Amino acid sequence: MIDASQVIFLLSAGLIVVSAVMVVSVRNLVHAALWLVSTLFGVAVVYAVLEASFLAVAQVVVYIGAIAIMFIFAVMLTRRDLLSKSEQTNANWVWALGLAAIVFVALAFIISGYGASLNRLPAAMPEGYDPISALGNALVSPEGFALPFEVASVLLLAALVGSVYVALNKAKE
Amino acid sequence: MIPLSWFLYLSAVLFSIGLYGVLARKNAIAILLGVELMLNAVNINLVAFWRMGNLALMTGQVFAIIVFAVAAAEVAVGLSLVISVYRRHNTVIADELNLMKW
Amino acid sequence: MNFWTDPIKVLYDWLMSLFGGWGMAEPLANTLVTLLGIVVLITIALVLDIFLVWIERKVVARFQGRLGPNRVGPFGIFQPFPDIIKLVIKEDITPDGADKVVFNIAPVLSAGSVIILWAVLPIASRIYGVDLNVAALYIIAAGALGTLSVIMAGWSSNNKYALLGAFRQVAAMISFEIPMVAMLLVPTILVGSMSLNAITQAQVDGVWFFWLSPLGSLIFAISAIAELGRSPFDLNEGESEIVSGYHIEYSGMKFGWFYAGELLHAFTFGGFMAIFFFGGWHGPWAEEYPLLGAFYFVLKALFGYWVIMWVKYTVPRIRIDHMLAFNWKFLTPLSFALLIVTATVHVLMRDAAFWLYVAAMFTSNLLLGWLTVEILRSYTREKREAVPSAAHH
Repeated sequence: MIDASQVIFLLSAGLIVVSAVMVVSVRNLVHAALWLVSTLFGVAVVYAVLEASFLAVAQVVVYIGAIAIMFIFAVMLTRRDLLSKSEQTNANWVWALGLAAIVFVALAFIISGYGASLNRLPAAMPEGYDPISALGNALVSPEGFALPFEVASVLLLAALVGSVYVALNKAKE
Repeated sequence: MIPLSWFLYLSAVLFSIGLYGVLARKNAIAILLGVELMLNAVNINLVAFWRMGNLALMTGQVFAIIVFAVAAAEVAVGLSLVISVYRRHNTVIADELNLMKW
Repeated sequence: MNFWTDPIKVLYDWLMSLFGGWGMAEPLANTLVTLLGIVVLITIALVLDIFLVWIERKVVARFQGRLGPNRVGPFGIFQPFPDIIKLVIKEDITPDGADKVVFNIAPVLSAGSVIILWAVLPIASRIYGVDLNVAALYIIAAGALGTLSVIMAGWSSNNKYALLGAFRQVAAMISFEIPMVAMLLVPTILVGSMSLNAITQAQVDGVWFFWLSPLGSLIFAISAIAELGRSPFDLNEGESEIVSGYHIEYSGMKFGWFYAGELLHAFTFGGFMAIFFFGGWHGPWAEEYPLLGAFYFVLKALFGYWVIMWVKYTVPRIRIDHMLAFNWKFLTPLSFALLIVTATVHVLMRDAAFWLYVAAMFTSNLLLGWLTVEILRSYTREKREAVPSAAHH
């Protein structure tokens, strides 16, 4: 007998897999980016099923609100190839498909090798335990992840400066 | 109640689809789309292991957040490189960018 | 406990016993009642939306020295119904070369991104959809979906003006999201929670956050207006330049959804302004009688909506580069400075007497505002004095 959370998981997993296949197979790149949005939304639902509410919402804000929009902008700015109805896969796509299949089989083999420990079920959330404040404390406390967190912010700043510099039109020179 | 294995298999499927996208697509932007799928597959694993393991250890969620940051940085730099290449060579097909090949 | 002190619980118990009396299992009945609650909440939001059309038209008429609709019903209050009938019976045009699926999804997503905001609105002390512990971030996430709907509409219309309008709107929404997130962090810091119920409760027990962060409420209002795409930031539609922006190709009820979504969005952000800075449903006897609280909440939200309309019909449109420069060079640095000041004063003063804490917060905000004005004044003076000296050469 399956319960409500399993139904939600299966629906979102179906959404994720179908739209991920569409991302890598449709010709129109704007459609590919929109299918990516639906994949990412499915992943956000999976986070919600896992009771990682902060990550679920952050997934929508960061991925859909920023990354997917950036993709759509980039596709529109390189518009010549958007209109062409030519083949979107390269000559080696059969090999790529084979390799991806091999990777999946290998991963599934490794996963199934763990046997009974895979049937582990999530423990109930302790009463009064707030994962969000625990996450916040872990991110900024020196015993936790303060240093990686700061390094990530420096990385974002470097990416911001770097991408502006690279994409800037140097026509004035 | 969902067992851990379901998340792992979902993540494996998503990772393989992303890998196919990276290897098979011609367009540089589409390759980056595949990379995003792979990063999301990894994140599903990280969060699932957090939920199934010790809830007081936030490592899984922290790693997922750092993956968010890295993905945002990667897309910003990657797409600006693609746009820059498009300006110079008027193409975003990865096969046609063969200046370094001989 | 009776209907006047806890209406939702009373209705819930009554429905559960009714469905149980029909021989329904408890989980099924619970699901059904929850679904019914969702439908009722959405219906209330959309019925309110119909009358927002009338309010908007009436208020703009008064600002422009006209009477506004006054034929259908008393004071023209039933004017929206003929409007809706007109929209419904108009020909539904899908332009040639449009991306049909995306073109049709965009208006749904646009209105939906506004309606999902109602899930977290604490309308009164015991009337709310869900008490989400990441509600402040959820608002931004819904805004992200709105951004997506704009770009979908602009791209799929296969029209240059639509695409230009969408680019402008998306650029504005993404950049003004940053000061908005920073200002949502101010109440979050003050309360220590992102739940809107906790934020409202903290203001009921303490003082409205307007008194702790007047500058924050001002920045939130400005970025909300930009997020809504309303004048002076209505570059997305700029009638004289790009005709009607991203919804130029939409006709009939599809346009109606964009329009309805825009009005409801403005009202909802009036509500958020009330929740974050003006005490939400807080008012005399609101805690005991939730329906009174809902009345106060709607009143405050309408006031916020009225301010947004007041700005819209008073201030002319500004240029896109000015708008982005205003955000990146002025609003974003100011909001980060305010965030640092708020956090510092909060940590330093939270153990002091309550009136001292409030006074310190209020004066620190005023000081920061004064400092900003002084910096701007000296900067413009420099610019002004540089002009005649350049003319001599």
